[in-house]
Amino acid sequence: MTNTLRIAVRNLFRYKRRTILTLSLIVLGIMFVSIFIAVTGSFKNMMIGQMTDSMLGHIQVHRKGYLAAIDNLPLNLNMKSQAYKKLEKTLDDLHEIEAYSPRIKFGGMFSTFVETTNIRLNGVYPDRESKTVPLLPSRLIEGKGATLSKGEIWIPELMSKSMKAKMGDMIVIIATNQDGSVNGKQFKVSGVLESVTGPGGRDGYIHIEDAMEVLRMENMEISEVAIRLKNFGDMNPLSSKLDTLLASQLNKQGKPMFEVHTWEKLSPFYNIARMIDIMTLFIKIMLIAIVLISIMNVMIMAVYERIREIGTIAAIGTLPGRILSMFVLEGFCMGAAGTVIGGVLSALIIYFANMARITFDFGRQTGLVLSAAISLSEILTISGIVIAVSIVASLQPALKAARMDPIEALGHV
Amino acid sequence: MEIRENVTGVERRKLNHGFIRRISVLELVTAKDLKKTYGTGNAAVDALKGVSFSVEKGAFLSVIGPSGSGKTTLLNLIGCLDRPSEGSLSVAGTEVSGLSRRDGARFRGNKIGFIFQSFNLIPVLTVFENVEYPLVMVQEVPASTRSKRIMALLEAVGMADQKKKLPDQLSGGQKQRVAIARALVTHPELVLADEPTANLDRDTAQSIIRLMKTIRNDFQTTFIFSTHDARIIDEAERILRIEDGRLTSNGNNGGIRHD
Repeated sequence: MTNTLRIAVRNLFRYKRRTILTLSLIVLGIMFVSIFIAVTGSFKNMMIGQMTDSMLGHIQVHRKGYLAAIDNLPLNLNMKSQAYKKLEKTLDDLHEIEAYSPRIKFGGMFSTFVETTNIRLNGVYPDRESKTVPLLPSRLIEGKGATLSKGEIWIPELMSKSMKAKMGDMIVIIATNQDGSVNGKQFKVSGVLESVTGPGGRDGYIHIEDAMEVLRMENMEISEVAIRLKNFGDMNPLSSKLDTLLASQLNKQGKPMFEVHTWEKLSPFYNIARMIDIMTLFIKIMLIAIVLISIMNVMIMAVYERIREIGTIAAIGTLPGRILSMFVLEGFCMGAAGTVIGGVLSALIIYFANMARITFDFGRQTGLVLSAAISLSEILTISGIVIAVSIVASLQPALKAARMDPIEALGHV
Repeated sequence: MEIRENVTGVERRKLNHGFIRRISVLELVTAKDLKKTYGTGNAAVDALKGVSFSVEKGAFLSVIGPSGSGKTTLLNLIGCLDRPSEGSLSVAGTEVSGLSRRDGARFRGNKIGFIFQSFNLIPVLTVFENVEYPLVMVQEVPASTRSKRIMALLEAVGMADQKKKLPDQLSGGQKQRVAIARALVTHPELVLADEPTANLDRDTAQSIIRLMKTIRNDFQTTFIFSTHDARIIDEAERILRIEDGRLTSNGNNGGIRHD
């Protein structure tokens, strides 16, 4: 094998210019794919991380039917306290869960005593919410480091600006409860939250007990439970597991009491993430086409130009399988060399791009720092694709060489 | 004188697994009523029309005849590069007329050496590596024994001091010397050379033929070569003349028997 490899490498250097051109094409293809994956992948992961870690959590559990009506924040579709206790028991038994946070979501009126507008609010246990969505405190653009105490409210940045509500101002929240009665409560603004893209990105936060008070709840009724997993990769298996575990919890009508959703079903960004994945797939297909066509072209030329040589080695007793392996190894070497060079250059470009701290804007979020990164599995996938395609592309010309009649080949002019 | 082994039908079948048949200990090549037809129907061309002859071991034989007479076809058949349409052909004790492509390649690699008119050295390999090629890629001889064998042959053909050169850096005569070394390195029983001197000047051609003869004397290898060159024919010890696909004379040089 070593000798066959040595001959294959020598043959590649026989037509230096052609080999370099083909190799350059493969290297460029690999660089393009690697950098595209690194940049789009990091953008995608950053956005997913932002949404799951600052608002959504990895998984959410609602009462059956709540999500379909979530735009109205229907209080009559909250989980009753008995149901929530059953859910809590199930969640406490799952070791894959790092933290979970119950929320009471409702819509109300926000008044500064001068102006009034509507607001969407989350009633939360601040400590549990911080464990479940750890980036939430980092969204505070005013009141950094503050904890959300009873009687305090964190309001979204846009509302702070439009309503001229500043830190320390007293405001009133007025809401209608399930029975139709209206109630109000004064809050002190203790934080202003940066708006982020996605559902809940412009919501306000109050303590869950304040929410109960405003809504005049005697027993806690939960709108949703956000769950954070120890390992993000466990999301889909755990979601299925949770679905199965909760399927046995039935309401009075004998129908499932809960519904389980991953972040993918909760955020429209999932469609953008899917589009990025599809684009990545197409880019990979383009890479396959580039490698396939360029290597097949080179190998067809190589066989055509060396017909007499093939006749010679066949005449002196080289077995067809050995001739086949010689040409396949040539294609393999080209693919492998392209992979190594392309990989190294891509790594360097990604490294320098990160050093340059390139920033970009997304929606209302500005100054996001691009931190391009490519995983080992992606590198191995790209390398595997290029090498496998190189071998496949060499097979047809190699088979032609191996099947060549020595007499005809020796007589070729 | 021919010494034929007394092989019974049962023994022959045992030996014949494939087409292996031992015929003679002194005859290296035996052809009986050998025919080769190219194409079919009206387009059929009879390149060989029933040729019978035998070549003893250690012969230095030249196949001569005009262009298109069937010389190359005959060499191709003996070299197992092609299969006869009819007749039998035994080379080095093996009936080769029915060998498969793969078995033919194996047989060539172990029993036959080739020297080509255009030298046909592999341009990316050095002189040493070209001679080494059949040992590595065909016979898979261990590296420990290769070097000694190659150097001995390069010494014999006078190319030892050029072993690191690439074919492009050699003259025609030097290339053919390397080709001779490559043909002999596998210790073949038979070396076939199709017009080995056609691309060489007169002096070089004669030196190459003399080198082949010396090697025949030293290594007891049988040489069969085709040529047009009258001066080269003079060096042959035995001559087969072919005209229009038929053997027209067969005998020692200077005492040719006309068939």
